[in-house]
Amino acid sequence: MSQKPTSLSRRDALKWFAGSSAASAIAPAIIAAPNETEQAPPSFPTRSAIYDPNFAKPVYPWEKVLATEELKTANSLADIILPKDALGPAASEVGVADFINEWISAPIDKHEEESEIIRGGLSWLNTESFRRFEKRFEELTPEQQIQIVDDICDATKSKPEHHIGAIFFQHFRSLSISGYYTHSATWKGLGYVGNISIAGPYPGVPDELIKKLGLEDVA
Amino acid sequence: MPLITDRKTKPQYDVIIVGSGAGGGMAALILALNGMKVLMIEAGRNYEPQVETPMFNTPEMAPLRGNKTPGKPFGYYDATVDGGWQVPGEPYTNKEGTEGAFWWWRSRMLGGRTNHWGRISLRFGPHDFRCASRDGLGVNWPMSYDDISPWYDRVEMLIGVYGENSGIENAPDSPPGVLQPAPKPRIGELMAKKAGKKTGVPIVAARRAVLSQPMQGQRLAKELFPNNPKAQEIMALDMSLRAPCFWATDCGRGCSIRANFQSTTVLIPPALATGNLDIITDAMVREVIIGPDGKATGVHYIDKTTRRDVVAKARVVILAASTCETSRILLNSKARDKAGLANSSGQVGKNLMDSVGTSLGSHIPAMENLPPLNEDGAGGIHVYSPWWLVSQHAKLGFARGYHIEMGGGRRMPTVASLAVLDSKSPTTYGSKLKEDARRYYGASFGFAGRGEMIPNKDCYSELDPNVVDQWGIPVLRFHWKWSDHEIKQAEHMQNTFAELIEEMGGKATPKSGRDAIQRPGEIIHEVGTARMGEKASESVTNQFCQTWDVKNLFLMDGSVLPSNPDKNPTLTILALAWRSSEYLMDEMKKGNI
Ligand SMILES: Cc1cc2nc3c(=O)[nH]c(=O)nc-3n(C[C@H](O)[C@H](O)[C@H](O)COP(=O)(O)OP(=O)(O)OC[C@H]3O[C@@H](n4cnc5c(N)ncnc54)[C@H](O)[C@@H]3O)c2cc1C
Ligand code: SF4
Repeated sequence: MSQKPTSLSRRDALKWFAGSSAASAIAPAIIAAPNETEQAPPSFPTRSAIYDPNFAKPVYPWEKVLATEELKTANSLADIILPKDALGPAASEVGVADFINEWISAPIDKHEEESEIIRGGLSWLNTESFRRFEKRFEELTPEQQIQIVDDICDATKSKPEHHIGAIFFQHFRSLSISGYYTHSATWKGLGYVGNISIAGPYPGVPDELIKKLGLEDVA
Repeated sequence: MPLITDRKTKPQYDVIIVGSGAGGGMAALILALNGMKVLMIEAGRNYEPQVETPMFNTPEMAPLRGNKTPGKPFGYYDATVDGGWQVPGEPYTNKEGTEGAFWWWRSRMLGGRTNHWGRISLRFGPHDFRCASRDGLGVNWPMSYDDISPWYDRVEMLIGVYGENSGIENAPDSPPGVLQPAPKPRIGELMAKKAGKKTGVPIVAARRAVLSQPMQGQRLAKELFPNNPKAQEIMALDMSLRAPCFWATDCGRGCSIRANFQSTTVLIPPALATGNLDIITDAMVREVIIGPDGKATGVHYIDKTTRRDVVAKARVVILAASTCETSRILLNSKARDKAGLANSSGQVGKNLMDSVGTSLGSHIPAMENLPPLNEDGAGGIHVYSPWWLVSQHAKLGFARGYHIEMGGGRRMPTVASLAVLDSKSPTTYGSKLKEDARRYYGASFGFAGRGEMIPNKDCYSELDPNVVDQWGIPVLRFHWKWSDHEIKQAEHMQNTFAELIEEMGGKATPKSGRDAIQRPGEIIHEVGTARMGEKASESVTNQFCQTWDVKNLFLMDGSVLPSNPDKNPTLTILALAWRSSEYLMDEMKKGNI
């Protein structure tokens, strides 16, 4: 089951692929004797962080763009979207803002578009906070924050002057959800209980559930 | 256990095998178990699944939470090394006027694409070998189902395949004692089965190369290698050491406990245990070398670590570099003939086929808010639909069939797993959003078709006269055009999937065949570029993968397939490689090679 490949932006493709030379050299004409005995080759002769990452030591081969101030705003908005409650930790406890930062900084076309929306939106949010309350968003009281969030959480109903904020909120919420639920600390609350080994045959669906769903004739 | 100990070669081998994937791995094992001195040459790096597989790694341990990137198009943890739709420094091109660029998936690692394949292992059926006689399209195989079925039995016993006999026409059963039991279906799969009953689509246990229980090494080794005590000893031990699936972790990452089939976990370790196999990795074969008598004397490769050119010699050469690479090597071996080696028929590079693919999925309300249940299962499909309208092609308007792969439910969350909230719960935040996440997570199901394409003159590969790769080797240039058969088949798939989805309570809008069909190459079942046949004038090899023009040159991968039945090709590549390796040893014994 295949997925569509994403494309690198031209600007960063060069940066990204530097080191994995695509130059076409004409091979030398020397033919060596076929009788060599050498050391075993290292498992990873010229290991690329992009094409052949070391899972034990992941590398992020790009710079992150958000400044500390922007990250603060991002964290506090993310915690409003995904707060600590009975269904799991707060967004800031599972690195959602860091994930968003990593995501919008990645040298991949689609992410670069998103980067403009997110950074512009974070600034919009702070400007709006100042306009209303003369403080940055993360310094507002919860009631003040909610007042703004309620104005931008529905792009189909938002006022024209909040439209930019509403588009930003949509994107920011989507990314927050992605970052939040890809952290294993949130899985219990979500209802994902896999990634553990089970001995013996695969247990399948419990009988009560089969009955409840009316699947007896196919189970 | 390191898979390779030394980078050593001897002056002369019995057999050189180029490529270490499905075909190369199988040939190496069978030949080495029978005392042949074998050199395997692999373009990619050494790869050790037992220590390298990120079995339980979670997304937060990876950049971008494990999401796909241009360097890892199927996600960070996918077991593809230095590959994907592009291999750095090794481009390919598409010819002007082609209809939709061909996408070519490669990996550069020991074991090739068997490290991350879907493990779906379906037998071709009796009709598939006689396809042209049935509908006048394409060509027949130079063998029948009866010729290959004992080899399917052997391969299934050797690698371990779960499944069931469903008695459906042209989807052959296996003899008793061959298959392992299939895992039970998950919730969505049961719902699909129920929908299939209503709509007349049979949904039965899938067949995948995954162990659902421990292997009976002693019994199997005895049956598989009756007159070969050394082979019995090695295989009995090795099979018994493989663990069965523990129902967690995605098979696409590979399997460190050796529960599923990879050349690097199932074929290469016992082959090395014979002491008869040497392996050189990071060695890119440029061409086959031909002696004055017209026979292959060895291969010319580039040692990638030193960029030195090297020649290795053997009595027999087997190319198993994958369909397109194998024909590329032939086309680049021009010592005697400008058209390329073993190409007196002119068929090398022609008849390129992929599977027809398209998919459709939907949110399924009945799957919402179910009690938590571990649905990881066997890391791939548990059920599928074999083609069920074999006798109705006259009515359908397209000549060949497809099978359906399907899945859904609560898998390990990925970056896109909760995209459903963008439409189902677009304006919520706070605890309400989290409740909705729990409600909608995994409440979706999708179907993907894999259909047979008919070879046509517009789908081929050739050398690009203007481009070489970083090793100075001329690259492939592809050309492609679907025929109406494929387009109509894709449309039929869409309509079938929409019906099943509606029956499950979802909503789906089927697309037209043109819009729905996936890209050429995208299904990664490319085969056919050096097809086997009855006659030297029309094909590149005989039914034993032996080239007509060069008696000691064999092609043991998908390149030899004369047609591309809807059943994914790898099981057949394995069966042909085993059968042809036995033939090859027989011919050597008789002094014919
Ligand atoms: C995501 C995915 C899912 C798939 N799922 C399924 C499935 O469920 N069922 C199925 O049947 N098939 C599936 N396939 C297809 C399957 O992987 C291939 O059919 C199979 O691996 C082909 O085996 P092979 O030996 O021909 O080639 P490969 O496995 O590709 O091995 C070829 C090897 O040769 C090496 N090589 C290439 N050129 C050279 C050279 N010039 N010199 C030296 N070495 C060289 C390569 O590096 C590679 O290691 C899937 C493929 C992918 C990518
Ligand atoms: S699902 Fe089973 S076979 Fe697949 S990788 Fe996990 S343990 Fe191995």
